[in-house]
Amino acid sequence: MIATHSGTSEAPTTAPASAGGAGVPHVVGRMDDVPPGEGRAFVAGGVQVAVFRLRDGSLHATQAACPHSGGPLADGQTDASVLVCPLHLYAFRWSDGACTGGAAPLRIYPVREESGQLVVLV
Amino acid sequence: MTAVLGGRPEGVSTLHFAMDDADGIDARQRLVVVGNGMAGARVVEEVLERGGGEQFAITVFGEEPHGNYNRIMLSHVLAGEEHEDDIVLNSHDWYAGQGVTLRAGVRIDRIDTHAKIAYAADGTTTAYDQLVLATGSRSFIPPMTGLYTEGEQLLPGVFGFRTIDDTRAMLAAAAEHERAIVVGGGLLGLEAARALQGHGLQVEVVHAGTHLMNQQLSAEAGAILANSVEALGIVVHLATRTTEAIGPDRVRGVVLADGRAVDADMLVIAAGIRPVTEVALFSGLEVERGIVVDDQLRTDDPDVYAVGECAQHRGELYGLVAPVWEQARVLADLLTGADPDAEYHGSRTATKLKVAGVDVATMGVNRPERDTDEFLVISEPRRGVHLSVVVRDDKLIGATLLGDTRKVAFLTQAFDRGTPLPAERIRLLVDLSDGAAEVGVAELPGDSQVCNCNGVTKQTLVETVRAGTTSVGGCMDATRAGKGCGSCKLLVKQVVEWAADGDVQEDPAESWYVPGIPLAKPELIAAIRDRQLRSVSAVFAALAPGGEEDAKSKMGLTSLLRLVWGAEYEQENDAKFINDRVHGNIQRDGTFSVVPQMKGGVTTPAQLRTIADVAERYEVPMVKVTGGQRIDLLGVRKEDLPAVWADLGMLSGYAYGKSFRTVKTCVGTDFCRFGLGDSTQLGIDLETRFQGIESPAKIKMAVVGCPRNCAEAYVKDVGVVAVGNGRWEVYVGGAAGATIRKGDLLATVDSPAAVMELSGRFIQYYRENANWLERTYDFVLRVGLEQIRAVLLEGSAEVLAELDAGLQRSIDAYTDPWGQDGGRPATPGQFRTALPLVDLPKVPVR
Repeated sequence: MIATHSGTSEAPTTAPASAGGAGVPHVVGRMDDVPPGEGRAFVAGGVQVAVFRLRDGSLHATQAACPHSGGPLADGQTDASVLVCPLHLYAFRWSDGACTGGAAPLRIYPVREESGQLVVLV
Repeated sequence: MTAVLGGRPEGVSTLHFAMDDADGIDARQRLVVVGNGMAGARVVEEVLERGGGEQFAITVFGEEPHGNYNRIMLSHVLAGEEHEDDIVLNSHDWYAGQGVTLRAGVRIDRIDTHAKIAYAADGTTTAYDQLVLATGSRSFIPPMTGLYTEGEQLLPGVFGFRTIDDTRAMLAAAAEHERAIVVGGGLLGLEAARALQGHGLQVEVVHAGTHLMNQQLSAEAGAILANSVEALGIVVHLATRTTEAIGPDRVRGVVLADGRAVDADMLVIAAGIRPVTEVALFSGLEVERGIVVDDQLRTDDPDVYAVGECAQHRGELYGLVAPVWEQARVLADLLTGADPDAEYHGSRTATKLKVAGVDVATMGVNRPERDTDEFLVISEPRRGVHLSVVVRDDKLIGATLLGDTRKVAFLTQAFDRGTPLPAERIRLLVDLSDGAAEVGVAELPGDSQVCNCNGVTKQTLVETVRAGTTSVGGCMDATRAGKGCGSCKLLVKQVVEWAADGDVQEDPAESWYVPGIPLAKPELIAAIRDRQLRSVSAVFAALAPGGEEDAKSKMGLTSLLRLVWGAEYEQENDAKFINDRVHGNIQRDGTFSVVPQMKGGVTTPAQLRTIADVAERYEVPMVKVTGGQRIDLLGVRKEDLPAVWADLGMLSGYAYGKSFRTVKTCVGTDFCRFGLGDSTQLGIDLETRFQGIESPAKIKMAVVGCPRNCAEAYVKDVGVVAVGNGRWEVYVGGAAGATIRKGDLLATVDSPAAVMELSGRFIQYYRENANWLERTYDFVLRVGLEQIRAVLLEGSAEVLAELDAGLQRSIDAYTDPWGQDGGRPATPGQFRTALPLVDLPKVPVR
């Protein structure tokens, strides 16, 4: 099920986070790479992910391309409960990735900080 | 003195062409047309069209030295909307090319109908076999004391309004004088009044009738038209006459029948027309009000015909062009034998025109004449609208549309052809199917699309309500209906209300400025000021329920804080939409468009060279000229943005923001033959002043140098139109996107500086009072033009000073975002790609 990306013109789909279990941890960058309230995209184990650092200090990671039409989610706007895609303003809940407006759900990845490093489990 | 309209370069010509009758070899019949106006020339055209050039040697006499021109357009020439060259119908060259002898500037005095010879004022004689009188009409000059000099000329400063020479004389006088009186409140008088006002004159109209346009309109409609005309600043005196022209050397004013004197340095007589019948009278033909003709347009002499305004047919005189065209066709059929039995049976007159800026269409009668006639009237004096129809025996016999002529096409058809009428007569005047809402949402089929942007059907909305979402906002969030262009919001609301069967949850959020802060805009602004909240996160912390952030409120709050604080706003990039974070418009594949500022749509070869170089260097997939007169580089990778900006060396054009965007202009006075004002420079100045100003929604502007409106100023958020003599009209609330709307005339001002001031005040008033994402066309309708005028034109000096200061605060806070963030990113990774594994741009280079 792992998608390959090279040479395709489709937005890459994300690899599955093994249901219930932790994926493989990848250090994708430093905390400072993501400004408060914003998101930045990284590659973790060959999968592109969007990592968000909210103003309350919490971290979230999602697939990088919107399931609706491939929009760049790291360019979206956030609050404590949702991420809003910049292309068509679909909103997705952090809690389970579900869309509040009818698009397919978003894949959520576990993410944590380890001594200033961002670690995403893919 | 002045040029001959439609003349040949070498001047007036009297052309004897081809087979001159003196040669004695022309076997053709001699057709002489007396009058080279619209009727006479049309007869010639129709005859030629039927092969009459073979049958007839045609000679046309015209009293005016000019070719044939469109007299109807003279008021447009007077208004500066048309150049006189553009109203020429048939030039001297045309006559020559058709083998028609045109004797322009030669008047026929008399015809000997027995000898069949026409006598001209220059002493020449012309023999004919068939002769057509098309002498037209002249201005009726009502009797008044002092109107003529001792030489029996009109007093200097007094004008008729009938010919191009009259029009030229008025244009020359309008440039030198300040006050004009127009005698006559009919169509021509009102057009003259509006045109002269456009040249900056104070204009008063004196009309003998009890209401304006009494030939066409009922008293009620005329009263409404009078309101509309007075709203334009033209004074209207009704039911009175001018009894005296005050002289003596030139006109100084007039005395009205009630004894009042009114100052004026121009007096325009447009009190109606009278058929020119002298030739017919001196020739012994039967003349009543006009030259009497039968159904074959023949006078009482079998070889002399009459057409047009000089002809009286079945007791009727016609002053409109359509009947003249019909007469010309019938006469040509008869003369050429194309249809020897052709007859003219009179015309049903329908006319649609714009009088002093007001749309008017009339046809047939304007009120019921029999007890059994049906009469339907819709009168909205406040809106300047008056609509009526008269129906007899299920046929439309008359209609008047004033201020709203949307139904004119249907009504004209019903009137001309007697097509069946709807049983509900109101549908004649009002389009009840305008917008599906009025069909009744209950009858709307389930699969009919309510929101076209997001493809939401009625059924989807109904199901959402049944599933338990019973607020309008909730249904919009759940289905995204109404979240595209927004033009369907009303319909969405109606469907939700219908589906919920009256059990709609009140949506308190509807009045809030943004969904995340439970305050309307004025209260929110007050709270932000009182509590000195300078950042979006500070606003959430202080004013949101539970201090909770709301993603969809951030952009609106950022805009509001910049409005309130100007440079003292505390920037937080996460509170901005991506477009505002990276100063470009995000495209569907995650790339961006780059639109450099190009003030007024004016560029230079060097700039174009630079743009071309940058486009090649960064392999920009598409370079496109925008609707806003700029150049768009589409498909630029986010990470390339700073380098693209640096290489361009140009300022941001703000083509991505909820902000002031651009000013379209026409080429104004520098190059255009018709330009009345330097629209290009004014557009550049406006763009310089308002660049980058954030606003509730985008603001698009245009400035045009004349009412031809080449840069579409009538459909802009703020549109400026030069109307001559240094005067500019400022329109607001126009639109030509998902909504199409002509802007409302806010005011006419007399300098570019005044345009800058007034449009600035409007922009600031809009910024302070419009809801988030509310475009000016909705804002102007919601608040009302009257209210906006009251504030901006009649408001206290204090209020205006506050508006000016508020706008200046934002102008002072302007920095070019490309220059600023291009050199030093505002946040780490500001221009990093958001799709690192996608090869962007996805669109190949064109």
